[in-house]
Amino acid sequence: MSGHSHDHDHDHDHDHDHDHPGEHGAPLSGPALRAKALESLLVEKGLVDPAALDQLIDRYETKVGPRNGARVVARAWTDPAFKRRLLQDTSAAMAEFGYTGRQGENMVAVENTPKVHNMVCCTLCSCYPWPVLGLPPVWYKSAPYRARAVIDPRGVLKEFGVTLGDDVEVRVWDSTAELRYLVLPMRPPGTEGMTEDQLAELVTRDSMIGTGVVKQP
Amino acid sequence: MSAARNAADLAALPALPRDDEGPVFRAPWEAQAFGMTLALYERGLFTWKEWAERLSVEIAGARERDDGSRYYELWLAALEKLVGDLGLVLGPELARRSDEWAQAAAETPHGQPIELKKR
Repeated sequence: MSGHSHDHDHDHDHDHDHDHPGEHGAPLSGPALRAKALESLLVEKGLVDPAALDQLIDRYETKVGPRNGARVVARAWTDPAFKRRLLQDTSAAMAEFGYTGRQGENMVAVENTPKVHNMVCCTLCSCYPWPVLGLPPVWYKSAPYRARAVIDPRGVLKEFGVTLGDDVEVRVWDSTAELRYLVLPMRPPGTEGMTEDQLAELVTRDSMIGTGVVKQP
Repeated sequence: MSAARNAADLAALPALPRDDEGPVFRAPWEAQAFGMTLALYERGLFTWKEWAERLSVEIAGARERDDGSRYYELWLAALEKLVGDLGLVLGPELARRSDEWAQAAAETPHGQPIELKKR
């Protein structure tokens, strides 16, 4: 068969240790085996370029992360005109940073206020604003989160350590393949003198999903 | 509320598994499954909506047992069906290749790279 040496080289150059998924060199099995088989066939057929595959994985695993979203939030806190643009046309405002939906989806920023707390989920699968938040955390993909976020948002928030007053309305936004939400958290008090970069450091991933609050300075 | 406190609270709740803000792939094959899907999508072989629908179907079927840990397993299953339906990689071909890799892995001493043998 052709392509063996290619597969082989690819594995060796790869940062991910594809060949030994087991802790102690256990035989390749289960999904690791299936993924390996599929990848080697796709590469042989010229449908997937191994170098491009590595780049994609690396990009989403390490280069895109909640930092992108944090920069957007910090800008919105410091620049009222940007904040208006962000809330009016989120995708366009994100594009000012070069963050665009790779899957062609639109993004919508929803603003937290003293009276409204927003929280994002995806009840069907786990649609997520990748360009600004990276890849979704494990819990975001879990059935309990997906189901309970809608049925009992306050209960879920409490488990995440977020307690809201009875007068705060909780809005739950269900993402879809075409529409993904990002929470614009409230700027914490005592941050008046901080720069945009310093503010961005306070913005956690969970605060942009709505299951957490921003760090206090 | 500190992040540590948050993490401690949640660690006690097996129903809501979560990670810290670190890498979200728990095994290399998860990243592989994810990357292959994106690479094929970028070739224009399917729309993202189509993919999301297929993934939703797969996840809906596993709802009872799905605590998030099987997410990429379901993802991979959806991808296998998709490439089969598109005629890109057919089931029997995939099964045969899996056997070949399993065989190669079994015959490879620990610490050595696994390679497919020429047959």
